[in-house]
Amino acid sequence: MLNLTINGKSITAESGTTILAAARSAGIRIPTLCYLEKSEPTGACRVCLVEVSGARTLCTACSMPVADGMEVQTNSPKVRAARRQTVELLLSEHDGNCQICDRNQDCELQNLASELGVREIPFEGEKAEARIDASTPALVRDNSKCIKCRRCVTVCSAIQGVGALQPQGRGFDTVIGPAFTLNLDGVACVQCGQCAAVCPVGAISERSHVEGVWAALEDSSKTVVVQTAPAIRAALGECFGYAPGTLVTGKMASALRALGFDGVFDTNFTADLTIMEEGTELLTRLKRALVDGEDVPLPMFTSCSPGWINFAEYYYPQFLPNLSTCKSPQQMFGAVAKTYYAQKIGVKPEDMVVVSVMPCTAKKFECQRPEMHASGVQDVDYVLTTRELGRMIKEAGIDFRALEDTEMDVPLGLSSGAADIFANTGGVMEAALRTAYELITGRPLPMDNLHVQPVAGLTGIKSASIVLEDLLPEWAFLEGVELHVAVSHGLANTRKLLEKIRTGEAKYHFVEVMTCPGGCIGGGGQPRLTDDAIRCKRMDAIFAEDEGKPMRKSHENQAVQELYKDFLGEPLGHRSHELLHTHYHAKEPV
Amino acid sequence: MTEALKGCMCTETMTEAEMLSELGDLTAEYRDKPGGLIPALQVAQSRFGYLPESVLRQIAKDFDKSYSEVTGVVSFYSFFSTTPRGRHTVRVCLGTACYVRGGKEVLAAVRKELGIDVGETTEDQQFSLDVGRCFGACGLAPVLMVDDDVHQRVKPSKLGALLKAYQAEPVAEEVVA
Repeated sequence: MLNLTINGKSITAESGTTILAAARSAGIRIPTLCYLEKSEPTGACRVCLVEVSGARTLCTACSMPVADGMEVQTNSPKVRAARRQTVELLLSEHDGNCQICDRNQDCELQNLASELGVREIPFEGEKAEARIDASTPALVRDNSKCIKCRRCVTVCSAIQGVGALQPQGRGFDTVIGPAFTLNLDGVACVQCGQCAAVCPVGAISERSHVEGVWAALEDSSKTVVVQTAPAIRAALGECFGYAPGTLVTGKMASALRALGFDGVFDTNFTADLTIMEEGTELLTRLKRALVDGEDVPLPMFTSCSPGWINFAEYYYPQFLPNLSTCKSPQQMFGAVAKTYYAQKIGVKPEDMVVVSVMPCTAKKFECQRPEMHASGVQDVDYVLTTRELGRMIKEAGIDFRALEDTEMDVPLGLSSGAADIFANTGGVMEAALRTAYELITGRPLPMDNLHVQPVAGLTGIKSASIVLEDLLPEWAFLEGVELHVAVSHGLANTRKLLEKIRTGEAKYHFVEVMTCPGGCIGGGGQPRLTDDAIRCKRMDAIFAEDEGKPMRKSHENQAVQELYKDFLGEPLGHRSHELLHTHYHAKEPV
Repeated sequence: MTEALKGCMCTETMTEAEMLSELGDLTAEYRDKPGGLIPALQVAQSRFGYLPESVLRQIAKDFDKSYSEVTGVVSFYSFFSTTPRGRHTVRVCLGTACYVRGGKEVLAAVRKELGIDVGETTEDQQFSLDVGRCFGACGLAPVLMVDDDVHQRVKPSKLGALLKAYQAEPVAEEVVA
């Protein structure tokens, strides 16, 4: 252990700790901008400057390791002046139209300027020419707001293993973006939106569907229904000052009604439906492999996460036959709403508008895929991120905190706790095991409170196995089989897992992949900025929602059972196949 | 057809398909080496004269890097070019020492003499013009380079003759079988 002082306070820290980490653990705050938790510090923004006795210049606390006997000042006149000047310089090149910016009052640069007492911008800086990139359905980039902190570069390369955004050019003319001056659609971007999730300013955001949704709500000839993804209820509250991890399911339902939606439903409903279809698909694949001796693509991969689908289509086309053919819960909802539910209420599919609220930007891409027209028209019309829904609620003048809790509407608003946990990494796996195990054994999953602990939490790649014994007669072919499952989140982790599977180093039957770190609760459309502490709080909230429900398993969802009885027939049946399943295409990684 | 013209045509008529068929062998030795991307780009540019998009995308695939990362490197270093280059590259140094000793005037004179701007190539494909930021010959400022030759204490008035010597130079020996 090393001994040092920060602002005169004696501190011990392990060798290799940065000044920033040592200061934070001692409760001393140092402002940062380009710093990104758990990533290699770049020292790009110079906001975290501190004074170190004996050092020739000020040091960046994010990258400077502590040393024995070091004396650090985080609050000297010199430090304050340098920090303020750094921010003044950043502002001198920045398109500072804060009032009309997407990030107004949610901007780290704006907050820093306020915190550091910037009252004038003494430098007349050359500003980059605004070039708006709206080439993808998911994201909009505006270079004139970019402060070149490179957080997006780090997250796209190191966390997602995609590398679509990189510094181009050099010096003042450096542009952070896709190759040369291409737009995002010119490179193999998976549209996960993690870049937008970490951008401290308004340079990368989701492509807004807010205006389209307002217009649909105003159109009296349309029946407008909304579905909310499981992860929204654990994060939307943050837009209204609630602590991360506050569940706002009931207030959210009330807010959606107040906005004027004709049906307030839940993507959870089709999460339960996904488990019925995907669980059956897995058992069918296992039967074909083990009983019929067919060469069946295993492991089977989950297909809920559209960024992962894009990633597989670009980078691992050899695994496309391994992807579950199940559409994501969002798309299953659109298809069911515009057929089953539309018939039930006597509305034509073309007169129904389905709006999704998703923690995700890639869902905006997914709903526009040409395969997603099972009802004869586009199944999901608009996708709002959690942030966009927060904005609409504010714009409508709804006092969110004062709302009563209400329930979602029937039938597409009913769900089990297994559906809630789709929001967390490992959740789809746990939900699938709860149902699959019970279907083949007749007994509940023999795990504490039905939780599959080895696949929960923030470890990048997780695995578990369960021996299948004492099975019901029709599943006897699985007797004694040890079922191996794995879970990954974050696409760089996924790449590592896929390489192990590809080389035969690891063998699994079933693998869950989520694009974003932590799963959907850490999605690219969630309130900013999401760090691991916030991920953990949202995950705990989701588990609390699950545990608070009377039904915890997807196959117990009576509304889903009725859907099969009245409309679909059986899992993997003809109608399911038409409405709920899809196919994938290899894409050239441009 | 003169030897000179043949030499010139060699680079110019090399199609991108031909470049791609040679690329694999050309860069193979750098693929598994850390830091192998820059030398690979250098050998490709020396052989092809420039780095078209198809070549860069193939290098990205071969080196298991994203296209954006490869173009990030290419656009960072002024040495790399993504458009066809002239037979000779003139680089005028605008580093601090050259700048204060008249580098800007040298650059203006070269632009006037060749009738092209920085980053461009003359119509006869003889010269391309770039600026550099220090060639490590500050004591000899102002400096310019033509291909690998360093010319010291360059006077704008003498530029015509300096460049003419290259224009006249036969290129037969550059034609590598």
